[in-house]
Amino acid sequence: MSDSATPPGGVLPPSLAANPILQNWLDFSVDGVVTIRSGKVEYGQGVWTALAQIAAEELDVPLARIRVAQVSTSSSPDEGVTSGSRSIEDSGGALRQACAQARGAFLAVAAAKLGADVTAMSVQDGAIRTPAGGTGLTYWSLRAPGLLDQPAAPSVPAKPPGQWSVAGRSAPRIDLPDKATGRPRFLHDRVLPGMLFGRVIRPPAPVATLDALDDVELPPGVVARVRDGSFLAVIADSDRVAVAATTRLARAARWTVQESLPDERDLKGFLLSQPEQVQPVVQRADDAAAARVTVTRQAEYTRPFIAHASMAPSCAIARWDGGTVTVWTHSQGVFALRGALALGLGLDPEQVIVHHVEGAGVYGHNAADDAALDAVLLARQVPGRPVRVLWSREDELAWGPLGSAMLARLSAGLDAAGRIQTWRQDVWSNGFIGRPGTGGEPRLLALTHVAGGTPMTPAPDGPPTGAMGATRNAVPGYDIPDLAVTRHRLLAMPIRTSSLRSLGAFLNVFAIESFMDELAEVAGADPVEFRLAHLTDPRARRVIEEAAGFSGWAVRPRDEGVGFGLGFARYKGLSGYCAAVAEVAADTGISLRRLWLAVDVGRVINPDGVLNQVEGGAIQSASWALRERVRFDRTRITSVTWDSYPILRFTEVPEVFVRIVAAPGERETGAGELAQGPVAAAIGNAVSDAVGVRVRDLPLTTEQVARTIEQS
Amino acid sequence: MKQDIHVTVNGAAQTITCEPDSPFLDVLRHDLGLSGPRFGCGIGLCGACFVLIDGQARSSCDLPAWAAEGKDVTTVEGLLDGDTMHAVQRAVIEEQAAQCGYCTSGMIVSAVALLRGNAAPTEDEVRSALDGNLCRCGAHRRIIRAVLRAASGGGPEAASIPAAGGRGVTAGSPTGRIPG
Repeated sequence: MSDSATPPGGVLPPSLAANPILQNWLDFSVDGVVTIRSGKVEYGQGVWTALAQIAAEELDVPLARIRVAQVSTSSSPDEGVTSGSRSIEDSGGALRQACAQARGAFLAVAAAKLGADVTAMSVQDGAIRTPAGGTGLTYWSLRAPGLLDQPAAPSVPAKPPGQWSVAGRSAPRIDLPDKATGRPRFLHDRVLPGMLFGRVIRPPAPVATLDALDDVELPPGVVARVRDGSFLAVIADSDRVAVAATTRLARAARWTVQESLPDERDLKGFLLSQPEQVQPVVQRADDAAAARVTVTRQAEYTRPFIAHASMAPSCAIARWDGGTVTVWTHSQGVFALRGALALGLGLDPEQVIVHHVEGAGVYGHNAADDAALDAVLLARQVPGRPVRVLWSREDELAWGPLGSAMLARLSAGLDAAGRIQTWRQDVWSNGFIGRPGTGGEPRLLALTHVAGGTPMTPAPDGPPTGAMGATRNAVPGYDIPDLAVTRHRLLAMPIRTSSLRSLGAFLNVFAIESFMDELAEVAGADPVEFRLAHLTDPRARRVIEEAAGFSGWAVRPRDEGVGFGLGFARYKGLSGYCAAVAEVAADTGISLRRLWLAVDVGRVINPDGVLNQVEGGAIQSASWALRERVRFDRTRITSVTWDSYPILRFTEVPEVFVRIVAAPGERETGAGELAQGPVAAAIGNAVSDAVGVRVRDLPLTTEQVARTIEQS
Repeated sequence: MKQDIHVTVNGAAQTITCEPDSPFLDVLRHDLGLSGPRFGCGIGLCGACFVLIDGQARSSCDLPAWAAEGKDVTTVEGLLDGDTMHAVQRAVIEEQAAQCGYCTSGMIVSAVALLRGNAAPTEDEVRSALDGNLCRCGAHRRIIRAVLRAASGGGPEAASIPAAGGRGVTAGSPTGRIPG
């Protein structure tokens, strides 16, 4: 069984061990259709297509027979939050086992019925066959109550990947036809009978108190005005009326506003001046190595606060029926949201039902959960009526959780031969794990505004490892004998932070890979050769060699004003591998021309899905690295439109080439976050190569590069 | 004061009674029940709400309803001919040119407007035509490929940029200009 996709040692995948009953994962109740239930939600990453492929493969049915059920607290296995690039590994692993066992259960029933040898039976398009041919039996003719009411058994082998015919091949996304034709598919499109429309008037600053509300005439169609402490909202019979009422209420509201934000021009000063929790991540002293050091270098790298900036503002619908509230949300974690809502409102979790409906792209913990609470609070005013809440673009950019500003301070010592002997990395950041319910706190925005509400405590950051939080990828993947990595988590949070794609890996990889180029220069080595000299992991070497090879690294032109750079990381230090090469041009401004990426994600379920995720991650990372910076004054976030928070546009995106380095014998890993760090690093190194000056503070805007050149 | 707005949407004459300053996007979505044009920013900066108005692609979120009086409007739904997709819609699927798909309607509308005026655009012309459409997931390259594919009638010569990764393991290949 060594070549089976079943994990070795007969251990159930964790998601399946936690939710072991097969019928919770798949359902044959509709003729000719297999409905699979995952706890992982679709938000544009294509995970439902890949999960459907896995199920189709194990069940020997075509992909077209698979339906993926909407994730819901009332019917789905609890697989936690859809995050961390773990869906294929977690949910895919569970579904694979569950489907393999279900297939076996059906075959056993068929064998008993026919008096046939079960080991000689097979399934084709859901129909059960013996060596003599068809049996007239199918999954659907054999379905019986209780058949799949059995716990998963670790001993059932899944198919060896060598026999795959559906998984492992590119499959078109099952959601795209709806999206290309404008069919209602998003939560934003959903209209429930009797639905009302809510809008919230947010305070003018993170620290603000609603003192008074002047008398104001609200337009016809307003159903209720809601005020609870500093939480102010309106419910109307149409969104149009709700928006109009919002404008009038905003003018009538009298707030006391306090300055509470740091100096945007001195993020480093802010990060270094806050109370902090200091935690060692890695401490590996090697005195002999330290004694070999002949030259040392130190450098600091920063990133600003970064916004999710999803294309759709957050939306939610809620309806109270007696003591129960039903919520429709595009949250990443319906179970976590249910728990947080119950905690925040003093309800039993059984009183809260949360259904997931697709929204726009999700890149971490955004405002979806906050919108859900808004809808719940407003729906409580109109029992029996669903209330939809839609955030404004401005609120989405100002009030959604952000990815924290960060500082990474690195130092390293080289020996006389140019080998790295020592490495220190200290990382300052607000926490990345501010999700609903984390640390026993609801962490939902409106709870900080309602009467008696309290500010959120600073976001936690997870265990201090190189896989988690601000220190994700803070442990270099290179062979370094003397190593110390330390996390400094801020214990004050003037700007709300939480999980954003790749967490700390974006800055840590930018920092490490920039520093590697700086050290290579000290050593007089080519950046690629310098990395390979410090890498023994063959998979790491392969992606670097592949990216260098197909980008033409060795023969890259050395033209004036054009630069090439490489960046590499193994995501979290334990997941997929990615190496990126960037080409930038520096003339009147900095422009990114081309990116080449090589990735190793182990066994691949949907190759085109991986490519799409890596390409998209690369472009988003380029946007962060080149453009993005949350702006604020001492009172409030000011980058609240696409003008003040620009992202990379069509005329600015580079050409992107991606290759998957085959590793069919390795376990599958996620692909969605692989590119974030390496691409930023590659761009940074290419900029340095082009302009001859190292720019260590993101974003690498033309102004920032020019400033660095002036200061050098 | 509500008033009647007369507008042709996807080939059908409509009379909508609404406040004349209502956002036209809201009229399309709420009054006419169309889900294709999507709300993204409300001030015409992202392109998610793009529709064709007298053949020109433009935002509908910042267009007051009164300004649509007498206009001929096509949304992404109106590009379908019965059950048959427009070439651009087909190409978007063939190139798997989306991730979340929230911006897709507006992208398709912009592309259709481009191709009506320029049947064989260059890649740069496609980029320029789509510059008012933001995509956060990073599907830009695929969308460009889809528009070029639609322009060429979907043939293999569609792409002046590398062919799609829709069926293979390699997305793009540096067939153009390998350095050196």
